[in-house]
Amino acid sequence: MFNMSLQVGSTHTPEAVLFWVLAPMAVLAALGMLLVKKAVHSALLLAWVMITLAIFYIAQDALFLGIVQVVVYTGAVMMLFLFILMLVGVDSSDSLVENIKGQRAASILAAIGFGGLLISLIGRAVSHTDAVGLATANADGNVQGIAQQLFTQYVWAFEVISALLIVAALGAMVLAHSERKHLSQRQLSVNRFRQSSLADTAGLPASGVYARHNAVDVPALLPDGSAAPTSISATLEARGDIIATAPFELTSQEEEEN
Amino acid sequence: MTTRTDLVFLIALPLFSSAFLLLLGKIANKWGHLFATAISASTFGIGLYEFFAMRSRSGDARSATQHLFEWISVGTFKVDASLLLDQLSICFVLLITGVGTLIHIYSIAYMSHDVDRRRFFAYLNLFVAAMLLLVLGDSYLNLYVGWEGVGLASYLLIGFWNQKPAYATAAKKAFVANRVGDVGLSLAIMIAFAQFGSVTFAGVKAGAPSASPAALTAIGAMLLLAAAGKSAQFPLQSWLGDAMAGPTPVSALIHAATMVTAGVYLITRSNFIFDASSTARLLVVIVGAITLLFGAIVGTAKDDIKKALAASTMSQIGYMILATGLGPVGYAFAIMHLLTHGFFKASMFLGAGSVMHGMDDEVNMRRYGGLGKVMPITALTFGLGYLAIIGVPPFAGFYSKDKIIETAFNAGGTRGILLGGAALLGAAITAFYMTRVFVLTFMGSKRWDDKAHPHESPSLMWIPMVLLSVGSVASGFLLSKGSALVHWLAPVVNAGNAEGGKELMRPVVVSELALGVVILGVFTAIVKYGRNVPVEAPTGSVLTRFARRDLGQDDLNHNLLVLPGQAITRTLVATDFGFIDGIVRAVGWTLAYISTSLKKIQNGYVRSYALLMTAGAIALLATIWLVTL
Amino acid sequence: MDISNYIYLSAILFVIGAVGVVVRRNAIVVFMCVELMLNAANLAFVTFSRINGNLGGQIASFFTMVVAACEVVVGLAIIVTMYRSRRSASVDDASLLKR
Repeated sequence: MFNMSLQVGSTHTPEAVLFWVLAPMAVLAALGMLLVKKAVHSALLLAWVMITLAIFYIAQDALFLGIVQVVVYTGAVMMLFLFILMLVGVDSSDSLVENIKGQRAASILAAIGFGGLLISLIGRAVSHTDAVGLATANADGNVQGIAQQLFTQYVWAFEVISALLIVAALGAMVLAHSERKHLSQRQLSVNRFRQSSLADTAGLPASGVYARHNAVDVPALLPDGSAAPTSISATLEARGDIIATAPFELTSQEEEEN
Repeated sequence: MTTRTDLVFLIALPLFSSAFLLLLGKIANKWGHLFATAISASTFGIGLYEFFAMRSRSGDARSATQHLFEWISVGTFKVDASLLLDQLSICFVLLITGVGTLIHIYSIAYMSHDVDRRRFFAYLNLFVAAMLLLVLGDSYLNLYVGWEGVGLASYLLIGFWNQKPAYATAAKKAFVANRVGDVGLSLAIMIAFAQFGSVTFAGVKAGAPSASPAALTAIGAMLLLAAAGKSAQFPLQSWLGDAMAGPTPVSALIHAATMVTAGVYLITRSNFIFDASSTARLLVVIVGAITLLFGAIVGTAKDDIKKALAASTMSQIGYMILATGLGPVGYAFAIMHLLTHGFFKASMFLGAGSVMHGMDDEVNMRRYGGLGKVMPITALTFGLGYLAIIGVPPFAGFYSKDKIIETAFNAGGTRGILLGGAALLGAAITAFYMTRVFVLTFMGSKRWDDKAHPHESPSLMWIPMVLLSVGSVASGFLLSKGSALVHWLAPVVNAGNAEGGKELMRPVVVSELALGVVILGVFTAIVKYGRNVPVEAPTGSVLTRFARRDLGQDDLNHNLLVLPGQAITRTLVATDFGFIDGIVRAVGWTLAYISTSLKKIQNGYVRSYALLMTAGAIALLATIWLVTL
Repeated sequence: MDISNYIYLSAILFVIGAVGVVVRRNAIVVFMCVELMLNAANLAFVTFSRINGNLGGQIASFFTMVVAACEVVVGLAIIVTMYRSRRSASVDDASLLKR
């Protein structure tokens, strides 16, 4: 395979130049992503950072990873972000006024603290060791080396990750699915005929269809044939002038007759 | 020391009778009083039997003991419940049971209209049992049990008609004043145990010669405090006047003859302490002298017959206490006066009860007058008691009181003159106010209106009065014939070891002096109160008004003790509420404050929660950073 | 040049991403800052793999990328649903759980 044959742990000038040119730009891009008003600009600046990182990966002998970064991360993930941004509103811009008191100051303080701690910790761990370099690991080529590790030592994680991918895809479909509230006429009539009994196909009768008397003390009938209790005046009830409602209710026999 | 097995019945019979009558309740209402009187009489019988048995023995065998059971055994502190009947105790046993039985008989008639008569007799029996335990105990602790018992009985009996709040308050006052004295007794017992390792009389007596003077004085002072509480001596005398709220038989038995003499018994029994500490003896005579004058002055201004007699009791016990501080021979004279006083004072109190019974419970002497014609027997018995108390020969008080005055003069030096002079002055004032009482009640013209129907009391009431007045007449002569009582008590009080003592004046001179001042007092009273006594009490001079207020004793107690006590209580309550509860509330308040402040972190915004998570992560990292330094 | 410079760069990018999560209000921008943090971690992984001379770091980085991709898919679906019902993509809208 074609090695980049960068020397290990070296103060080799090409890598140093690469680093010192690209790293500040990456940092500036990240800061810009933080600070710009429009979300689309943030997305683009993030894409820049990712490309820079891909270059760094390649510079560090992680060829496979560098290309995957460009293809998957920048190419797929960032594009996905841009699609959603377009759905949500390309023009939408956040107001940069902070409405939680002290949030900004606290977060900057936290950032400085966090950064300082991380740098100091990891620096302590790493700075007095020499980098071994990937010459031996990449002896058969980077892709082969990764494949060799992936399918032997990390095969279980590999399988689980693939399951995760499938589940994620399903999850996205479930989440993004929306019930169409508005059914078409055709769909409505199909649903109507799919109810438990054909008797309900035409729906329930309107009020007055089953009315047989119009006297004040005779109850009105509900669509299912039972007497409506509120259809008789309360005064009549209080006077004791009501009559039993049962004879006036529709029984199934009468319904069938009707 | 003889061991006997029947001493316990002296206490057990009245005690069980009391419990029996109280527990049976209404069933015993018809016969309870008779049962109680029978028990009291049988106790007197046992006492007499013991007395004759003791007389038939001689020397050291006269003392009898009975061991009941082992009571307390804690480490080195061992106290047995044992009884000791020696020459001193038997005098008291006879007095308590004898006078007690007579008063039981009297009460059958006096309390015949009272629905709670059974309860009254149960309490009387309880008192007899407790008082007997007091005089029969062989250690200070056993005595203390009886001491507390009589305090309880006194409280129950003073407040017998507790439907009237004033009577219940009087009972409480008596109990509280007694309690102050009881503290003294407790402290004396504790000091005795610390010093001698024992609280029995024998043990303390054995250890007294080798104890430090400070301890002896302390014990003596504490015992004096206890005696002052129980015997209504200065400064704990304020309860005796109020104790007259109880029925008259109670006043006769408890507050004349027996309970109030318990203090004298205590000091006499502890003679080995007082003989060894001249400071304690000095305190005793001071208290006695002050009280005898105090009581006498108060008695001159009282229009209530019972309160006048109560003041008289206070004064006479002052004489007894004075005598006990005058050395070994004084004890015998104190006991003699105690016994004679038991007779004539009880007789006078029963007479007062009889008068009240006849006058429909009126106690104001200004509404009496001329009752001698209507109640001859009462007037006669009362009169004999009156002659005895003022010290007219040959009645009882003459012998006992003159001996005390004589011994007081013989104490020597300035002290002797002062004490003897005080005793003489007391005798004069006693004569004055007792004559006042007698003249106001039984002589002169009648000052009662026609609504009252004074009549002689029933026989069950005047028979005991007559029997007691026999004692008023004869007891003094009998007890002092051939120094009978002195010799009888000599083994107990070491009278044999008394120095001869210089006689300041010959006894007959003392008697003549005493008689002289008595006649002066009687004459003055007759002149002032013989006729034209106003029914409404005149305002009187400053001294009279002051004496009517008991020489300010209640005001003094109130200002000295009650008000500061209430101030302390209020301060403590305020401290408890403000400071201690305040601390607790401060804890709660602090927690509430903290949580209110912390509550503000939850503002619902996801971003601030994210910030908090970051802060947490930083904290973790910082810890790791510190650890790996 | 010192290889740990890459680590420092990774740390800086990570911190910038963390600040972005806390400060920005648009849900999608917040998500992008999360992606930035993941990328920074990936850089660190790769550097470590170079330091130690084996490919374990790169494998980890690979897995991280896959997981990040899944996460983006599901997360953006959620954001879309949220946007559909509420017509706004601000994370400050969900503030009903306040005191």
